[in-house]
Amino acid sequence: MAEYKIQLPVFEGPLDLLLYLIKKEEVDIYEVNLTRIATQFIEYLEEMKKTDLDVAGEFMVMAATLVWIKSKELLPVDQRSLEDLEEENAIDPRWELIQRLVEYKKFKEVSGKLQRWEVEQEDVFPHQIGKQNFPTQEEEFKLNVSLMDLLRALNSVLERMEERGMPKEIEGERWTVREKITFLKDTLRKCGRMMFSELFRSAATRLEVVVTFLALLELARLHEVQLEQAETFGEINILDISVASKNHF
Amino acid sequence: MELKSIIESLLFSSSRPLSVEDIRQVIQGVGDKSEDLSLKVFQNVKGDKIEQELRLLQDEYEELNRTWRLTCVAQSWQFVCLPEYAPWIRFFTGEKARPPRLTPPALETLAIIAYRQPITRSEVEDIRGVSVDGVIGTLLERKLVFQQGKADLPGRPSLYGTTPEFLQYFGLSSLDDLPDASELRRYAINPLQTVGKEVERQTEEKECRPEGVEPAVRQSELFPKEDDNFENLNSTHE
Repeated sequence: MAEYKIQLPVFEGPLDLLLYLIKKEEVDIYEVNLTRIATQFIEYLEEMKKTDLDVAGEFMVMAATLVWIKSKELLPVDQRSLEDLEEENAIDPRWELIQRLVEYKKFKEVSGKLQRWEVEQEDVFPHQIGKQNFPTQEEEFKLNVSLMDLLRALNSVLERMEERGMPKEIEGERWTVREKITFLKDTLRKCGRMMFSELFRSAATRLEVVVTFLALLELARLHEVQLEQAETFGEINILDISVASKNHF
Repeated sequence: MELKSIIESLLFSSSRPLSVEDIRQVIQGVGDKSEDLSLKVFQNVKGDKIEQELRLLQDEYEELNRTWRLTCVAQSWQFVCLPEYAPWIRFFTGEKARPPRLTPPALETLAIIAYRQPITRSEVEDIRGVSVDGVIGTLLERKLVFQQGKADLPGRPSLYGTTPEFLQYFGLSSLDDLPDASELRRYAINPLQTVGKEVERQTEEKECRPEGVEPAVRQSELFPKEDDNFENLNSTHE
């Protein structure tokens, strides 16, 4: 059997319902006629009961408060008991209720604003970059380089040179350590870093390799380059000191 | 090198919003580690100064009139796109992962907690005039509020406050962004209990906000101003 139901607005609680009734009256909260509102409030509860038996206890408490206020206001002043008068000096229940209403109304308004912000935030997209997973210094270079490592690297370069069998007739130019230092510094300023094996790629003679190596040692001694090696017997990296300190950060 | 530019580069390359303290630590770290004097210039820069520069940057982006802005949410700074481009971004990146929207009772409860924190459940109920048991459970679950401690009252009821996630969720830079913050925070239901807390909060605020520095622009200010008659939006009974 289909039941006829009146669609009643959903109220968050008794205060919400009161605000709605006051709004319907189109008066300021402070000037509202609570006696009339009380009647309407109770009528509403009756309506709610008809459609949905589950009227929360809070609504009943508010109804009782309203009736109490109403009954007090109906009594002429000279008929009120002394006790009541004293009580009234302390707290005026009507005033107290109105204050609660005003406060509740403000929070309700703010919650409306929160709701608007909530929706707005769905449209705000932050600048997003993937997490930058640059390998840290520790991961990339497990070891710093010992002198033995350097010598071993030098030997392998020299061995490679032997294998190549350099033409004997070409006369070795005169390489100076100073020239090589300048060359190294220039290269590093441009690239920031280079590999040890790369360093000798252009070297034509054994003497040039040795001079270049000496230049590297000198730069290392002056702390103008930093030498790093990721693993034992691995490739040695030459870093310009400015690059090296940046990487450490 | 300008401090402002250093800050900008950090914000641009960061994969997460950065707080003033994050930025300060980086700048100090670089100064500490480096022997290059030019990198040490801002080594001991103060948070206030960084915040000022952030605001300058924020204004610059505003003036540039690009499609992104620098914003501060939950005290952390990041670049965001203007909301009017959301349809295209959304098509491209997919919907933002966000939980379902909050119900009106949850929003009301949250608003009360936000202004009156730390607050007990029964104080919230006094203001709302209804029980908030289930609602607070939801808010706790969504990490928008948390238990801040216990009130010095019979039964030692829990005190609730809002989390940084609350600010993030609504795009607020701090609690001061809430409308009428000073007025709505002022009077409390139980003055005896909250007076001490109020003083505490005020001193905290002083510490984190240097004098003469305006609160940051709220993300919601990215949106065109609407009339403030938000009553219509929220009421279920118009």
